[in-house]
Amino acid sequence: MLIAIGSLTLLGALLGAVLGVAARYLRVEGNPIEAEVEALLPGSQCGQCGFAGCKPAAAALVKGEAPPTLCPPGGRAVAMAIAEKLGVSVSFGDQEELEPEVAFVNEDLCIGCTRCLKECSTDAIVGAAKQIHTVIAEVCHACGKCAKVCPTDCIEMRAVPATLATWHWKKPRVKVAS
Amino acid sequence: MKLFRIRGGIHPEYRKEMTAGKAIEPLPMPALLHLPLQQHIGAPAVPVVAAGDRVRKGQLLARARGEISAPVHASTSGRIVDILPFAAPHPSGLAQPTILLEPDGLDEWTDLPPPLDPFSVPREEIARRVAECGVVGMGGGTFPSAVKLDLGRKFPIDVLVINGAECEPYLTCDDRLMRECTAEVVDGVRIMARALGVERIVIAIEKNKPEALAAMAAESAAFAEVEVVPLPTRYPMGSERHLVTALTGRETPARKLTADIGVVVHNIATARAVHHAVRLGRPLISRVVTVSGRAVREQKNLDVRLGTLVSQLIEHCGGLVEPPVHYLSGGPMMGQAMPGREVPVVKGTSGILALTAAEAHERDTMPCIRCGSCVTACPCGLVPVEMAQMIRHEKLDAAARIGLLDCLNCGSCAYVCPAHIPLVQYFNYGKGRLAALQRDRRKQEMTKRLAEQRAERVERLDRERKAKMAAAKKAAAEKQEGGA
Repeated sequence: MLIAIGSLTLLGALLGAVLGVAARYLRVEGNPIEAEVEALLPGSQCGQCGFAGCKPAAAALVKGEAPPTLCPPGGRAVAMAIAEKLGVSVSFGDQEELEPEVAFVNEDLCIGCTRCLKECSTDAIVGAAKQIHTVIAEVCHACGKCAKVCPTDCIEMRAVPATLATWHWKKPRVKVAS
Repeated sequence: MKLFRIRGGIHPEYRKEMTAGKAIEPLPMPALLHLPLQQHIGAPAVPVVAAGDRVRKGQLLARARGEISAPVHASTSGRIVDILPFAAPHPSGLAQPTILLEPDGLDEWTDLPPPLDPFSVPREEIARRVAECGVVGMGGGTFPSAVKLDLGRKFPIDVLVINGAECEPYLTCDDRLMRECTAEVVDGVRIMARALGVERIVIAIEKNKPEALAAMAAESAAFAEVEVVPLPTRYPMGSERHLVTALTGRETPARKLTADIGVVVHNIATARAVHHAVRLGRPLISRVVTVSGRAVREQKNLDVRLGTLVSQLIEHCGGLVEPPVHYLSGGPMMGQAMPGREVPVVKGTSGILALTAAEAHERDTMPCIRCGSCVTACPCGLVPVEMAQMIRHEKLDAAARIGLLDCLNCGSCAYVCPAHIPLVQYFNYGKGRLAALQRDRRKQEMTKRLAEQRAERVERLDRERKAKMAAAKKAAAEKQEGGA
């Protein structure tokens, strides 16, 4: 009896001491989850989430101050990845999923000021001074920064139309017979 | 020949008797043909004609783009009216670029490439000709046949299997082809074997087509390398993987090709198209279509020019006796719902079904009673009930882990489900959703890479500018000092 109590107490004290030392010497600087979440975000620093960039957004996500759906350019894929990383549930509500969009330059209005292409974080706009600019649709991730700086308001965000290659069946809505 | 058992499967009511006895009938020339640029798997064809051009029958209208693609040819002679988006024979009903051809009624052939002697030309020549003639898998898969005929160079192939199972209910187009065009089919089969360099050919036909079996056996008796094998009647015997398992006992590994285990499978109608392409130089411009379903007045097998609208086929069959609940392209098990009648017949259209409510037999979904019927029926050894449950709760990765991507969409599970749970619809959604997420992820990665590259570039330019300014400042200061 005494031996059992004694050995367990000793074991507890020893392991406690090891943990205490480990906590002091193996301490991690900063929150590693934050870096991991930031790696999931697009990294274009567009600011559509309301934070100054992807790093502060990641910090807010980890603290639970922002929902995993905060990133519009990331869409559903990023939201699900974040939710999985943070172990929270994600709800998209009943709303139809955000349609993917792409920037479109109205060529009648473009004056070739090059402001938008300086702003674009993925180099998706091609053009030169006094030349009409255009958007490379595959590269654009619809952050909308270009539309904000355009002096003639000639950039709009357009929904990407579904094609036979991207269309897929909707989830069946089951009406259960009673 | 010893056959091997396949797992699961069902015995649906075949309803082939409506058209099995009807000889193939040519459909009269329609007033306008709609030829979509994509009638195959792979990249869409690129048009080489423009509005106003006069074309002759068999002339190239759109060329293949890249390796996995197929050209489109004129189904008759006439004038190109326009190239514009038109509804595709696809459940979405989305428009796709389509060439509109107005027939001139002359139906005159263009100058066709010269006939080839398949047994004296080099093997690659056959595949090249088949590609040029736009032949694709006509069972419904529509994979470019030339690519499959070239597999002999990449894989050691020892058997060519010709799929005459036609296990889908209603469809009888392959049955009729085997009975009426026996010589052409068998010749096409031998040409394909030569292209692949295989010594052994197995033509597999389900036992519910005794006339076709007898005709094919008689025709191929002269060729020692050809063997005609009667198959037990069971759905989905015509699935490529299951057919190979039943015939050879070899199982195709998940997400691999049957070529990986030394077998290539081609369809009956494809064999005939290959015969036409090689022996006559004729491109694929028409196909046999079964028009059936009890909503149609008179069910028929029709020889249809590609690009003919479905409404014209139905009209030729005496119209409708009652409004159908569904128009299907293909069979009732795996066929695709069509958005309506105003869609064209394409290379993969094996059947047009107009089903009445009584035939479609749709009922409300009831709760799952966990009877396990779907598990028994699944020919792939999957657990449909679990997969559907996971997809319902958006756990797509979990569903993929237990084999969602190995599902054939054969519909056996939904057919036997006593609770009428729309299992296949769940799987369709799950697969589509997974593919969409995959696309999103790829785009996300690209965005990230581009953003990083840009940030790095901006920083580097900034650094260089600063260094330059500093150097200029230093030089100016030195100059001043020197001057003073």
